Formats: sequence, C-alpha cells, structure tokens
Amino acid sequence: MSLALHQLRYDQKVFWRNPAAVFFTVLFPVLLLLIFAVVFGDERIDSGGGVEATTYYVPAIITLAVISATMQNLAMSLVIAREDSRLKRGRGTPMPAWVFIAGRVGNSIVLALVMLVLVAAIGRLLYGVEVPWAEAPELLAVLVVGASAFCCLGIALTALIPSQDAAAPIVNALLLPLYFLSGVFIPDSELPSGVIDFADYFPVRHFFSGFFDVYVGGSGLPWGDLAVVAAWGLAALLLAVRYFRWTPRGG
Amino acid sequence: MPQTVISIHDLRKSYGDVEAVSGIDLEVREGEVFAFLGPNGAGKTTTVEILEGYRRRSGGEVSVLGEDPARAGRAWRERIGIVLQGGRPDPYLTVAESLRLFAGYYGSPRPVDEVIAAVGLLDKADERAGRLSGGQQRRLDVGMALVGDPDLLFLDEPTTGFDPGARRQAWEVIAALRDLGKTVFLTTHYMDEAQHLADQVAIISGGEVIARGSPQELGARGGLATTISYRLDDEHVTVQTHDPVAKLNELTGWALAQGVELEALEVSRPSLEDVYLELTRTG
Repeated sequence: MSLALHQLRYDQKVFWRNPAAVFFTVLFPVLLLLIFAVVFGDERIDSGGGVEATTYYVPAIITLAVISATMQNLAMSLVIAREDSRLKRGRGTPMPAWVFIAGRVGNSIVLALVMLVLVAAIGRLLYGVEVPWAEAPELLAVLVVGASAFCCLGIALTALIPSQDAAAPIVNALLLPLYFLSGVFIPDSELPSGVIDFADYFPVRHFFSGFFDVYVGGSGLPWGDLAVVAAWGLAALLLAVRYFRWTPRGG
Repeated sequence: MPQTVISIHDLRKSYGDVEAVSGIDLEVREGEVFAFLGPNGAGKTTTVEILEGYRRRSGGEVSVLGEDPARAGRAWRERIGIVLQGGRPDPYLTVAESLRLFAGYYGSPRPVDEVIAAVGLLDKADERAGRLSGGQQRRLDVGMALVGDPDLLFLDEPTTGFDPGARRQAWEVIAALRDLGKTVFLTTHYMDEAQHLADQVAIISGGEVIARGSPQELGARGGLATTISYRLDDEHVTVQTHDPVAKLNELTGWALAQGVELEALEVSRPSLEDVYLELTRTG
C-alpha cells in the first residue's frame, strides 16, 4: 500500500509537469464552462424541470472533466508509457503490476476530485450555481463509481490504440460524439428523443444524467444510471485484464 | 572458481514456423562482462528477453541466478537490473527523482547519490530526463537498473545510435560496473564494444552461437590471415599471410638488399571485427 502511494506521488509530479495533460484535463473543461456561460448566458433550459444555462452546464462540465481526468488521461498516458517501454521497464522490477495500476488510477481519481471542487467552486462564485451540500455523500458516490468505471474504460481502450500518435485521435473520436449526443454540450431538452435513446446505450449519458439528477435535482442515488455505468466499467475491466499489454506495439 | 550466474542449455524459441533461436548453449560466470555479439535479427534480443523473464522459451533449459526466469518471482527481480533497448526514462522526472522512484521498488536499494555518481550524472542530478542527451538518458537508464543493487545486469544494445563521445562515456560506466563486482550480460552489434568491454564473447548469427571465447582468443582463432601492408613507388600493397614472421623477413630482406624504403609498413593481426565479419557473412 505504501508502495502504491510512492507510485502515486511520482505520477502526480509527472502529471502536473506535463503542460499538454494539464491543459486538456484541468484548463480545457474550465474554458468550456466559461464559453458555454457566455454563449447561453441567462437562457433557461427545459431540462430538469427548467434551469438556468449555467446551472445545467456546471454538472455537465464536471462530468466531462471527470471522464477527461480518468478515461482520456489514462488511455493517453498509458499508451505513451507503453510505447516508450516504461511499462515493460517497470515490469522488470520487483514492483507488483497492481501497484503500478493503482498509482495511475489513484492519480486519476485525485484529479477527478480536484476538478469536482474546481468546477463546482467556479460555478458557485461566478454564476451562483448552488453546491448541493446536502447531497454530498450521494454526489461522491456517483463520482467514485463513474471515475472507477471510466478508469477501467481508459485502461481497456489502450489495447485498441496502436501508437502514441493514435492515442488522442482515437480517444476524441469516441468521446466527442458521445458528449454531443449525451447532452453534455447541447442541453438534452434540445436533442431529439431518438438521439437520447441511442446515447442511453453508452456510459457517458448515464454518468451525466445520474450526476445531473443529484447535483441539480437533489435526488437520492440514481441506481439505474449507476448500474449501467458500473456494468460498462466491469466489462472494460474484464477486457483490460485480458488484453492490456505492457510491451510496446511499435516494435 | 567463480560461480555460474547464467547457464543456458539448448535454448530454442520459435515464432510460428520461424526459429529465432535454435539451440544455444552458454555459461556466464560471476563478475564477468559477457558480450552477446551479433548482427540485427540474429536472436540477441529474443535470448536476452528470455533470460530477463519477458519471453517464454519454446525449449531448452535456462537458469539465471539459480532460477528459471519464466517462473521467478519478486525475490529474483530484486537481484537483477534491466536496461531495455530503446527505453526512455520519464521525461518529466529529474535524474534524482527517477532514481528515487525506482529505489522505492527495491528492498535494499543503493543510495541514490552514489548511483548518480556511478553513472556520471552528478551535474545533471536535478535536470529533467527530457532535457538530457540520448547518451545521458541511457546512463540514467543504467542508473535505474543499478539502484536496486542487483547482482546481475542486462544491457540490451546500450550504445546503439550514440556518437563516439557518448559511447566512450557509456563504456566507462559499464567498465565501472565490473569493478563493483556486478555480472553484466551485454548485447551489442559493435565489435569494438565487445573487444573493449567484454571478458567473454559469444557471437550469434541466425539463432545459433557460432563462436565463443575471450576477445583475444577469438581474434587468434578465426583462422584469418595477418595483413601486411606498405607503400612502394606510390602504390599501396597488401599481403595476406598465415606465416607473418617468415613473410616479413622475406619482405624486409628484399627491401634492404634493394635499398628501397617500404613506406607506411604495417602488420595487423585479425581483429575481433574481422573474425566477426568472416563468421557472420551470409550469402
């Protein structure tokens, strides 16, 4: 366990020193929130029984930021480390494999929590979007289930990514359409019901919808959404155990 | 009699129908720098990765530090250090941080400062690996293999792609490993590297060991001719002979009798390079 913390400490150092990773994981979601707030201003959105645009976008951007900190961040950093033989190198030491994975997953979950606090604080301070303190336990539960599932998805996804150059395009090609279709970028009240039905097959929609209901609606645990997210995470975990590779694909 | 650290008997490895390693026998003794020399694609990396426990063999017996690498566990990994071909340390960690990260993986690591000095990076200790030259990154990589205080180090083509200065510095580091009492298993396709560093050399080609011995023995044993060369009347003359003493006597006697000067007279024994080129010549 202390070895996993040792690994996590260095994973944190590496993350905060990587300008591209910090930009896309930390600054980009904040930037998106500011842009959506400027564009849609005080418009009202019919979702969740009618809310202000900023109230809609704060949980939407937290959702995006959590997925970015977990799935996107893990898939990209693991492929880079794999292709530079750093994963293989680590396997040649007495460090158990689970320690390495635990360090990386822990790193992602720390970042997800940082983003939750950061985006919620910006939403509260700039736009007066209430932080649902009463639902803090439910909120954290949704976040932890979501972050864990998207970590598994990110690790499993590395098996499909052949090279460092392919990492960002593949991750974005999967996630960007899902953000649009799931109501993260465009309010779901504006989307045709067929689109939502389609998005309902995927975990992005359920993570967002469950998180939104707790954050804005003050609902209890969204069991249905959590079940779908967890099922995707579990499936990804099984695929990751089977197909994850420690050695470079590029020779 | 030094102990045997690595012993390989009839090692085989096939990929599909292709046999990359076809029946290798080797022994590496404690405290020795062993060079595994061969052209690209000869089976060097396959063999070393079997010894490191990364690959499964198709047949034969392998023992590394008394254990089968295919089944060895954490205690065994404590005793070996690995430098991979073309591996890169994390560009965002400094030299000292990379070493401290790896030191944390081992039960009784060497002091990080000592390792930094051993690989000649004292003035770069707080530099991020991404800002080091290729040669410095590889020396850091050697340091990361050394920090666990292993008995045996594997270095897979440690100087490939280096300029001559960087190679010299890497050689100094490797030579110093021997002084620390480490056993070093080195793969290379540079003859001069094997000649400079190794106590024992095995030459591999086409998945088989085609020669072995000390660099001196191999140089002498190749059955190759000694070369005598000189310049006469602006013409460069080269003579190959298996009897250099008699030939030289004949040549210099003639020159003295004729009163001519043999400019740039040179006698060169076959180097390991000549032996290697002769042995690995295919087609």
